[in-house]
Amino acid sequence: MKPRTGTVSRYTAGARANHWLNAIILILLALSGMSFFHPALFFLSGLFGGGVWARILHPWMGVALIFTFAGLFIRFWRYNIWNKSDTQWLNRIRDVLAARDENLPEVGRYNAGQKLVFWLMTIGILALFASGIVLWESQFGDTFSIVQKRIAAVVHASAAVVIIGVWIIHLYAAIWVKGSVRAMTRGSVTGGWAWKHHRKWLREEAAKGHK
Amino acid sequence: MATQQSLDIKRSSATTTPQPSVRESVEVAKLIDVSRCIGCKACQAACLEWNDLREEVGFNTGVYENPHDLSENSWTLMRYSEVEEDDGHLEWLIRKDGCMHCEDPGCLKACPAPGAIVQYSNGIVDFISENCIGCGYCVKGCPFNIPRISKNDRKAYKCTLCSDRVAVGQGPACVKACPTQAISFGTKEDMTEWAGHRIADLKERGYENAGLYDPQGVGGTHVMYVLKHADRPEIYSNLPKDPHISSLVEAWKGWPKPVALAGLGLTALLGFFHYVTAGPNEVDEDDEDKGKRTLEQNGR
Repeated sequence: MKPRTGTVSRYTAGARANHWLNAIILILLALSGMSFFHPALFFLSGLFGGGVWARILHPWMGVALIFTFAGLFIRFWRYNIWNKSDTQWLNRIRDVLAARDENLPEVGRYNAGQKLVFWLMTIGILALFASGIVLWESQFGDTFSIVQKRIAAVVHASAAVVIIGVWIIHLYAAIWVKGSVRAMTRGSVTGGWAWKHHRKWLREEAAKGHK
Repeated sequence: MATQQSLDIKRSSATTTPQPSVRESVEVAKLIDVSRCIGCKACQAACLEWNDLREEVGFNTGVYENPHDLSENSWTLMRYSEVEEDDGHLEWLIRKDGCMHCEDPGCLKACPAPGAIVQYSNGIVDFISENCIGCGYCVKGCPFNIPRISKNDRKAYKCTLCSDRVAVGQGPACVKACPTQAISFGTKEDMTEWAGHRIADLKERGYENAGLYDPQGVGGTHVMYVLKHADRPEIYSNLPKDPHISSLVEAWKGWPKPVALAGLGLTALLGFFHYVTAGPNEVDEDDEDKGKRTLEQNGR
C-alpha cells in the first residue's frame, strides 16, 4: 500500500506481523520463565495453567521464538551494521536522553541504541536457545552431564536478565519517542519524525522516490 | 493443591518466608556401617516393598549392581567396587547409595516450585511430589547425583528416609531388613556416638584410617557412613571427598537473583522517572515542515 503524502513507509505488513508474533512469544516466554526465576514470581505460572504446564510450554515457545526471531534477523541485520557515527552517537548518550538532537550525528535507518538492542537480542536469544536445550529435561535429560546442566542454568538465567533489561529499554524508547509506535502498527512514520530521528534515512528514502 | 500439614518444617523449596515450625523434633540419622555390609541387597528389596515400587527386570552385564543405577523406582542401590591396594591385596567395597539427606540440601536450594521439597526439623529431606513440576532442577542442585526424574510422570523421586515410618516412630524399612545390622537408625547424636565405637573397633583391627563420613561441606548429613578408609571416600564408588553445593548452583540460586530482579525493576523505574522529568520526545511543526520539504523536493 502506498503511504499517504507526508509519510514514509518503514515496515511492510510482513515485517510488522513478524515483529508482533515475536513480541508475543517473547513476552509469554518471559512470564513463564520468570515464574521459575524467583519464588516471588512463581504465581506467574498460574497464567499458563500452573507450574507443570509452564514447565511443559516454556521450551516449546522457545523453539517457536527461534523461528520468529530468525525472520526478524534476516529482515533487519543489514540495517544494523555498526559504523563510526554510531560510536559518536553513543558517546553523546547524554544529549540523546536530553533530546538535544542538534548535537547528534545524522542517523540512518537505525540509531546506535536500536542497533545495540538488535545485537543484544540476537546474542541473548542464541544463548537462551542453546542453554535452554541443555536444560530441557523431558527431551534432553539424558543427553547432557550434570555439570553442563549447571552451566546452562547460569547462562540461561543471566541471558534472560539481559534480554528482559534490553526489552524494557526497547519498550521505553518506543513510548518516549512519540510517533515511533505507528511504524510498527501502521507501517509508516511522518516525514517530521523521520527528519528528527533518522534524517539520513529520510534523505535516502526521498531520493528513492525520485527514481 | 493437596496439603501436607506439618508443624515441624525447617525449610521449604522456593519459599522465602518462615515455615510452620513450632514443633521441633530431634535430629535423626541413618548410619551405614560399610564394614558390616555383606551386599545382600535386602535393603533394596525392603525399600521397593515398603514404598510399593517395582523395578524393571534388568539384564546382567557381569557386575553385581542391579539395577545399574538409581532410578525413579530404586531409591537405594548397592554399589560394588573392587580396589587393589598397593600391597597387592584386593578390597571388595560395598556401599549402599541413596539420598544423604544433607543438612544444607542442594536439591531444595535449586527447586523453583514452592513446597515441592521440604526439610523436616528432624533433618529428613522429602519430595512432596504433587508440588513437583518436573523441571529437573533438583538433579542439578544435588552434590551426590541422587534424584531421578520419572519417564512416565516427569516427577522427581529419591529416598524419603521412610519419612512416613519415622513420623510414627518406626525405623526406615532398609534398617529393619538388614540382616547384619550394618544399617542403624536413631538420633543423630546417638548414631555419631555409636559410629565412634565402631571406628575404635576398626582401628583396633588395623584400619587406622577408619572414620565417619558426615561431610561438613553440606552442613553434615542425616545419612552417615562408617568407612574403613575414611581418608579416601572416593574409592567407595566415587563417594565425593568434600561434597558441597556447586558454586554454579550457588551463583544461579544465590544473591545474584534478587539483585538482578532489583536491577530490572530499577531500569523500568528509571524509564518512568526519565519520562516524567525530561518529558516525551516529540516532533514539532518545524520538523514536520522540514520533513515534508525533503520529501517534496524529491517529488514525493
